[in-house]
Amino acid sequence: MKSLCLGAATALGLLFAGSAMADTVRMLAIEPNVPQGRQYYLDVAKAFEAENPGTTVQFDFLDDTSFKSKLPTLLQSSARPDAFFTWTGGVFNEQAKAGVLKDISSDFSEADRANYAVSGMQAMSHDGKLYGVPMYAAGVALWYNKALVAKAGVDPKSIKTWDDFLAASKKIKDAGIVPIVMGGKDKWPIALFYGQLASRIAGTDGINAADKGENGGFNNPDFIKAGEAMKQLADLDPFQPGYMDTTQPKAAGLFGDGRGAFYMAGNFLVGAQAQNSASGKGLGDDLDFITFPAVEGGKGDPADTFGGINGWLVTKEASPSTVPFLKFMTNKKNQTEGGRLTIWLPIGTDAQSGIQDPRLREIAELLSKAPHHQLYLDQLLGASVGAALNDAAAQITTGDITPEEAANLVEEAREMR
Amino acid sequence: MTTMIGSRPKPSPAARIARMHKQGKLTALLLFLPPALVLFTLFVIWPIFNAANLSFFKWTGYGAIDNFVGMQNYQRLAKHSVFHQSLWNSGKLILASLLIQLPLALMLALLIYKKTSANTAFRLIFFAPYILAEIASGVIWSFIFDGDFGISGQIATALGVEPMYILADRQYAFMAIITVVVWKYFGYHMMIFIAALQAVPADLLEAADIDGAGRWQKVFYVKLPLIMHAIKLSVFFALVGALQVFDIIIPLTNGGPSNSTHSIVSYLYTYGLAQLNVGYGSAVGVVLFILCMVTAFSYRRLAIGKGGAL
Repeated sequence: MKSLCLGAATALGLLFAGSAMADTVRMLAIEPNVPQGRQYYLDVAKAFEAENPGTTVQFDFLDDTSFKSKLPTLLQSSARPDAFFTWTGGVFNEQAKAGVLKDISSDFSEADRANYAVSGMQAMSHDGKLYGVPMYAAGVALWYNKALVAKAGVDPKSIKTWDDFLAASKKIKDAGIVPIVMGGKDKWPIALFYGQLASRIAGTDGINAADKGENGGFNNPDFIKAGEAMKQLADLDPFQPGYMDTTQPKAAGLFGDGRGAFYMAGNFLVGAQAQNSASGKGLGDDLDFITFPAVEGGKGDPADTFGGINGWLVTKEASPSTVPFLKFMTNKKNQTEGGRLTIWLPIGTDAQSGIQDPRLREIAELLSKAPHHQLYLDQLLGASVGAALNDAAAQITTGDITPEEAANLVEEAREMR
Repeated sequence: MTTMIGSRPKPSPAARIARMHKQGKLTALLLFLPPALVLFTLFVIWPIFNAANLSFFKWTGYGAIDNFVGMQNYQRLAKHSVFHQSLWNSGKLILASLLIQLPLALMLALLIYKKTSANTAFRLIFFAPYILAEIASGVIWSFIFDGDFGISGQIATALGVEPMYILADRQYAFMAIITVVVWKYFGYHMMIFIAALQAVPADLLEAADIDGAGRWQKVFYVKLPLIMHAIKLSVFFALVGALQVFDIIIPLTNGGPSNSTHSIVSYLYTYGLAQLNVGYGSAVGVVLFILCMVTAFSYRRLAIGKGGAL
């Protein structure tokens, strides 16, 4: 009888321990841009498992496109992951509204929140509720090839306004050098110019107002002005031949091979221009950047940054270890390590010390000091309006539509949203 | 559908069932019909009705489907210039299939249908593109058309001329797609024609020889009439296939430049699925379904129905 009791107690104990211990956190991630990214996630998972015996963290990776197309179905099925990667913005708002996410506001104390940049926490919140944890930010810069601009006699550091930039592009073109390398097939690289111009001309507030449909939405004069500025650039024919059949990764490689003077991209370009170049080395120390120039009369602060905020959203009914794991993954040590490995720019406060590349450290500092961080417009506006914006930017550039038509195209999509 | 019972009075349903029971057919029917019917309903009929229903809603793929918008998705579709372009592109694909692909396939089939070892080798070569996965062919050809690192770029460099960026050019991009589609599928139609040509009775050809028919007379008066059923079948496949082209376009141009090279299906994918307008995508799907059905049935009536069975 005694042994039976003991046996039953052991069995019961095991059962309880089993249910408490056998906790699995299933993470759905996008395939990282850099090879060390995947290993980083797996190492962090292993470290968390070592600290929390019995917990398993499982990472699944999908490429961007499959990730985006599979997610809606997945989130509404019982096979949904516990947390998944997010670009925040409009798609995140849709997900929050649809009730597929978990409100984790109560899991984050004031002290917890202080570990992350304010813009990061804001980007992961909808209607004042926190649904996820930010992990990194991306900042867009105008990168240039030192050797080529010197050859053309242009000093990029003296470019302060959009007109300066147009003049520099013209001078470079006259010197027989391609002014800007562009991955036009993917459209969004063109829209980076359009979005940056809009944020300089209309300002962050203007963009948010247009998103809500105030002041004529995107038919607002400021957006038409942004399109006109875009057209001024396109009229110089500044891109490499065949840019509309060049994907962004290929364009980064062309830039790394010295096929053009400027390239507009996020901080990821430092790695991408080397990896995708024919030599595999890229520009090395010849690579530097300037911030996007101001537009005269614009309402946006030239110190505002433009780019992405990325992190992890927690799904409803996520396993109990999900939030602790996300906190672990974004703690100072792991954030610093991510920066050191040049996987991304950490969004944690004081986690910039690991960044070794001086250019990346400078971008990280600009991001932390910026009065506003404007989210990529195609992400802010959500899938359909974002795609319309990318189309509009591409078609202004190819001369298929006028700036007015472009603004109208985006506004139409917004009204349909 | 006309039935074969002629002027005989129709037996009552009960009598028919009783007769089937007597003949032992009823058991077979009850046993074998339900599985097929259930599967067909579940995987074919139900999704069609579901898509038709979804096309009246605005739905992003998240949350409940409760935003009924009536015909709005169809109205948007009717007004959207990119959709008009994609319809016209699908039309161009149909024309290219009928006017370039099938004549080419027929010509090659006439040249190599006889069983010799050289002909077998040619058949294999011509059929090879069809075996390749569509997406792989798209990627391969995107490298061929690449003006920087691709074959067309290398040829241009070797000749010392400016490289052409065919896929970046609104004027030529769709021609490039048509080229790839013709290249990919002519071998399939050629095989259908070869099989039919090999079944042409040798004695008829011999009789034509004895009657003094020339090479072309034999083709036009003996071979072609005898393989007309295969040609009609090929035309049918070409029509329906051209309406469904998708996986070649995505890697080649992804619908660009400036959305000028979408087919109906790639339009559906881009504007319906990738942009999370599931209701809108369903409306495109319904239009595509109707187009396919109308094409299939009217072709059956016009061509196959009059010429007898396939």
